[in-house]
Amino acid sequence: MAKRIAIVGIGTTGFRATTPDVSYRELTYEAAMKAYIDAGIEPKDVGSFVSTAEDFFEGYSIADEYSPDQLGAVLKSIYTVPGDFIHSLASAYMMILSGIGPISVVQGLSKASNMLTLSEMLTFAMDPIYNRPLRESPHAVAALEMTRFMHETGTTREQCARVVVKNKKNALNNPYAGHSVLIDIDYVLNSEMVSFPLTQMDISPHSDGAVVVVLAEEETAKALTDKPIWIRGIGWCSDTPGLETRNWGEAIYAQIAAEMAYKMAGIRYPRKEIDFAEVNDEFSYKELQHLEAMRICKKGEAGPLTEMGGTEITGEFPVNPSGGCLGVGNLYELNGGHKVLEVVRQLRGEAGKNQLKNVTTGLAQSWRGIPTTTGTVVILSN
Amino acid sequence: MRRVAIVGAGITKFYRNSMETPKELAYEAAKMALDSCEMKLSDIECVVNGTAPDAFDGVHMKGEYLSDGSGAYRKPYMRHYVGGGTGVLSPIHGWFHVASGMFDTCLVVAEEKMSCAYPHPAGAFLTIFDHTTEQPLYPTLIWIFAIEMNRFMTTWGYKKEDIALVAVKNKKNAIDHPSAQLPGEITVQDVLNSEIMAWPVNRLDISPTSDGAAAIVLAAEHVARRVTEKPIWIDGVGWCLDTAYWCTRDLYYPDYVEVAARMAYKMAGIKEPSKEIHVAEPYDPFTYKELHHIEGLLLAPRGKSVEMLKGGYFNRDGNLPTCPSGGALGVGNPIAATGLMKVIEIFLQLRGEAGKRQVPGKPTCGLAQAWGDLMQVGTVVVMRS
Repeated sequence: MAKRIAIVGIGTTGFRATTPDVSYRELTYEAAMKAYIDAGIEPKDVGSFVSTAEDFFEGYSIADEYSPDQLGAVLKSIYTVPGDFIHSLASAYMMILSGIGPISVVQGLSKASNMLTLSEMLTFAMDPIYNRPLRESPHAVAALEMTRFMHETGTTREQCARVVVKNKKNALNNPYAGHSVLIDIDYVLNSEMVSFPLTQMDISPHSDGAVVVVLAEEETAKALTDKPIWIRGIGWCSDTPGLETRNWGEAIYAQIAAEMAYKMAGIRYPRKEIDFAEVNDEFSYKELQHLEAMRICKKGEAGPLTEMGGTEITGEFPVNPSGGCLGVGNLYELNGGHKVLEVVRQLRGEAGKNQLKNVTTGLAQSWRGIPTTTGTVVILSN
Repeated sequence: MRRVAIVGAGITKFYRNSMETPKELAYEAAKMALDSCEMKLSDIECVVNGTAPDAFDGVHMKGEYLSDGSGAYRKPYMRHYVGGGTGVLSPIHGWFHVASGMFDTCLVVAEEKMSCAYPHPAGAFLTIFDHTTEQPLYPTLIWIFAIEMNRFMTTWGYKKEDIALVAVKNKKNAIDHPSAQLPGEITVQDVLNSEIMAWPVNRLDISPTSDGAAAIVLAAEHVARRVTEKPIWIDGVGWCLDTAYWCTRDLYYPDYVEVAARMAYKMAGIKEPSKEIHVAEPYDPFTYKELHHIEGLLLAPRGKSVEMLKGGYFNRDGNLPTCPSGGALGVGNPIAATGLMKVIEIFLQLRGEAGKRQVPGKPTCGLAQAWGDLMQVGTVVVMRS
């Protein structure tokens, strides 16, 4: 592809379990202002905006109505992607390539603490005829998947618990994280059983926050910043929404999305050519399943690698140095935004105490959560 | 930026209460679109889906739910959304999937099943308003359009019986549309005598609530030329959102439509839209909206659209036929699918394949437009044969 596109500005509010002091519009405003200052632009310089929102998460029908004002996008080209933040990033990427304007802004938001009936809402996403009458809790779906994954790959319960210990520990040094804590494997295994084999600590608790990212094509990016972070590859894919037709052991969506991104980036051996990854870990086993789907580990290898400390910050292939969803919090449609934010901070050398040494290429991956099979991947380089 | 063409299209029938599930509606339209250009799902590289509020179909994350019905199984798939304007944003979203060089073919599916919202989809609109400043007043959707219509009429001195002509024209045009839900020969008096919903809006000023789906196939130039002898090119796209604080705007004129239209005209190299556009499908969920949008699209001078309407300028055999399909008022209004239905009408008109609905004079340039949210968004596509 002829034109290169870079991330030139990032802004976030950080992520907290509750935010009673600010509205969702104020969250976005804060993140947007920080991103515009970081990129050295004003809203009038922007050619197109993309917001990320799902109606029922926002508490509005037609939630996109409330996207333009706090972004400075009034009477400008803006629309909403009800998907993952990385879907929106891909849209912005394609709009720049299509000549809509050299600069594009992507916004994502989570105000999960506003939701009174989160679990019921997720059940409401299931097929109303075939799946909803089963009255399954979303956690039961995850537990079924976890069981199948452990069975197919020989991954142990302890290896999954190790992911929780690692990520919550990494989060201790991340000023943006809302759920950091130092615990051991026994603590995870002995926490309350939610749906066998999933315990309370295996599930990422929700957080609030906003992320805004500014993209620019090559010439503009070089003029704006000394540290452009290039988008080398991006991919997204939806498998099947039905519970009865999906592959329970493997994350096919992550595999196809990653291969699309690898092809674009010219990556053949992801484990060697990528230095670290921010991978979706809404449930502990998901981190392992996603690593294997994306060929970063062979099938059945992610568990032992984690157990031996290979995915620690000091390990050979650091995974979720930010603390991931388990340490930072589940941000729903913003999950991808948090991953992108962390990869950019690492590649810019701005990750503070969690900074990895000599990293040049990072991968951010997200998944849309139960009950979906939709995943996104983006590969970034400095 | 590459040239992108529409090469195939399909629309289901629009019903008040369809027996198909939302997924089945999406499947039906997608299959019709693929069959129309003799392509298979394996020829499609990516899928985009346009569908308006989740509350209509009664499924949270309904883009996910609709994905396999839309043909997206194990493909790159993305949903997009700008309320009522979604239908015309759909081809735009598909357009930059292809124009960017990322994909060569894209299947665009728009679906809405409003009858799932029980007892009436109007209930879904109770939660579109600001939770602090507006919801405590319990406004309905029709109220705010009554305010806008009143302002539009007062500013230009338009009369209710003049605006009613839009319903007469569109419902008559719809008689020839195979998907139509509410076609008919009615008179101005019928409109004025119908039940008053919120003055000045009468029942026949409003489009029906509907279930339905529409789909198109987009292709990059080198593919389009292989697939069909009559590709219809997407030459200009524009979209824009105004502030959510609609009480702060003067409602007599849709600035957002003008900004979106100017963006599309610039891209298509159109300098005098009223002369260069031969056929248009402005969004007509309410009678006055068609005129409001015609003025916003710069297809008529401000304050002059009613005079032109009365003179037959916008009839199917007029100088600038608008809504030759029958529009939302006649064919039905399954929100996102309506917008794409309008794009498909222009596609058929430019190909000369609109049958009894064909406008005379071999049009070569047409426009489709939609609008939505809190009287806030304009989406415009300019197409050429």
